[in-house]
Amino acid sequence: MLTITKSVLDRRRLFALTAAAGAGLTLAACGRGEGGDAAGQRVTLAVSTQTNPFFVELVEGAEAEAEAQGITLDVQDASDDSSTQANQLANAITQGSALVIVNPTDSDAVSTSVQSLNEADIPVIAVDRAVTEGELASFVASDNVAGGTQAAEALAEAIGETGQVIVLQGIPGSSASRERGQGFSEGIAQFSDIEVVAKQTANFSRAEGLNVATNLLQANPDVVGIFCENDEMALGAIEALGDRAGSEVMVVGFDGTDAGIAAVSDGTLYATIAQQPAELGKQAVSLAADVLAEEDVEAEVSVEVVTVTEENAGEYS
Amino acid sequence: MTATTTPPASTATRPSTLRRLGHWAMNNGALVGLILLFIALFIATPAFLTVGNLVNIGIQASVVAILAFGMTFVIVTAGIDLSVGSVAALGAMTSAYSFAELGLPGLLTPLVGLLCGALAGAISGLSIAYGKLPSFIATLAMMSVARGLTLVISDGTPIATSETVSFMGGSIGAFPVPILAMVVAGLLCWFILSRTVLGRSMYAIGGNEEAARLSGLPVKRILVVVYALSGLFAGLAGMVLAGRLSSAGPQAGVTYELDAIAAVVIGGASLAGGTGKATGTLIGAILLATIRNGLNILNVSSFWQQVVIGLVIALAVGFDVLRSKSSR
Repeated sequence: MLTITKSVLDRRRLFALTAAAGAGLTLAACGRGEGGDAAGQRVTLAVSTQTNPFFVELVEGAEAEAEAQGITLDVQDASDDSSTQANQLANAITQGSALVIVNPTDSDAVSTSVQSLNEADIPVIAVDRAVTEGELASFVASDNVAGGTQAAEALAEAIGETGQVIVLQGIPGSSASRERGQGFSEGIAQFSDIEVVAKQTANFSRAEGLNVATNLLQANPDVVGIFCENDEMALGAIEALGDRAGSEVMVVGFDGTDAGIAAVSDGTLYATIAQQPAELGKQAVSLAADVLAEEDVEAEVSVEVVTVTEENAGEYS
Repeated sequence: MTATTTPPASTATRPSTLRRLGHWAMNNGALVGLILLFIALFIATPAFLTVGNLVNIGIQASVVAILAFGMTFVIVTAGIDLSVGSVAALGAMTSAYSFAELGLPGLLTPLVGLLCGALAGAISGLSIAYGKLPSFIATLAMMSVARGLTLVISDGTPIATSETVSFMGGSIGAFPVPILAMVVAGLLCWFILSRTVLGRSMYAIGGNEEAARLSGLPVKRILVVVYALSGLFAGLAGMVLAGRLSSAGPQAGVTYELDAIAAVVIGGASLAGGTGKATGTLIGAILLATIRNGLNILNVSSFWQQVVIGLVIALAVGFDVLRSKSSR
């Protein structure tokens, strides 16, 4: 590997050299010190998995922004394994990345690696999931709490702001479930005629969503609305409702997956709250450029989520 | 289960009704537990003991029950099959893929899932019987391979199933097909275990594999059949699971193998092999489904649900250990 310290080279020439160097030659600029633009610098993006479409889109968004900024983006996929990610982050130090963007497999497990990066003086930006310990230059995530509140408002609108509703929760204790649930509780509290009669977990799974929704409807036959903390559970609840979905009982999901948006278009799912994974990746790289240019950045950046109903479903399918 | 017919050689020539009842209860711990649970839930909420809800419990028990019937063969031979949840997902996914992407006629698609399951099971069986791998390791490997192939085939997204597969999750008139599938699988399991040479051989292998071999049983071939049967049942469970949702999911059936093992063990089988029967397994699966149903209806916090389910498994097995000690 050829390592060139930025301070001895004009940055434009370095960039030209990078472009000319071709595929076989990796240029790593372990440059810190002077401010300026980020072009030509090497940034590692350590992503939790690439088997989930959400993270595939996140990486695509990041790659597009990196190209626009002239950043060399090195994407590492941990396949949802924390020790693989730890190895990849250790490699980022030895390979001289100027900055690391990490989408942790696990917020706790990644902490040690982030502290090592801190010691090596390499700035770290976390995306989608937070880091329990260690210093971050910035943290980019969807605003799940605001999304939960948006879901509550959509559901209230669907049922005419009155009646009994139930909630299908995600994996107990997961941050997505906590935040979406919190936002929903805050949002639904504004409507005094709506009563949340049951909250049960279906572990973000479609099959469990079907079973748990069936059981809850058994216990609460007068329910008119169901909020599910992801689209998979919402699709299970729609199976449980059969013909009643979208007419007698309104269902609101979260995530804006392809299947979820299709159900919105069909009218069985009233609304879903769409995250914007590509925007998450784009924002992370854009922040990375700002950090490398030594500009001040916000400690936390929220990417907004969008309420998708039948009216705007076409834009997201 | 072994000691069901002969009462203990007690001093009394004619045991009192109470003692006979106590003896029966000791030998049918899971059934007694299930009856007590029904009574408790009946008292706790009027929504529990209705025809509609009992049908729900039957449907919700079906997938785990079918997996557990297949698992019963394996556990009787003193083995374990950790792959059944993944194999069910793979069976469902190959079936859906053959319909949606390869254009196979819908009527044939369930066969694809069943064959795929049986094949995966047979491969585990071959590596256990002839490759000398411990069943825990061979099926752990199959669990990972089958889940991986499911992800590869599906590219990580759910695929819609054929009408025929969806029918397996639907109903004939008012009668739910998943319950029918569970009954058919249960009868098949009962018949094989108690009415065929193959079934008796499984108990012999589980009791003492070396003795079974020395007495002339084709142990290796039987083991391949045992794991192929477990895979076949997993394929059927996958059809029902996908049919209920009209969709085969890449993450379907994750950790279902643990529920299946729990159902078999709650039903009175020993992981040491040589014991286990279809009726016990059915009760175990229904017990698990009833607990989940009851906890939902009572709106018990999801944090506590896992504690309760764990305690029930520990209690059921602990009770069984006590029983087998006292009957010795």
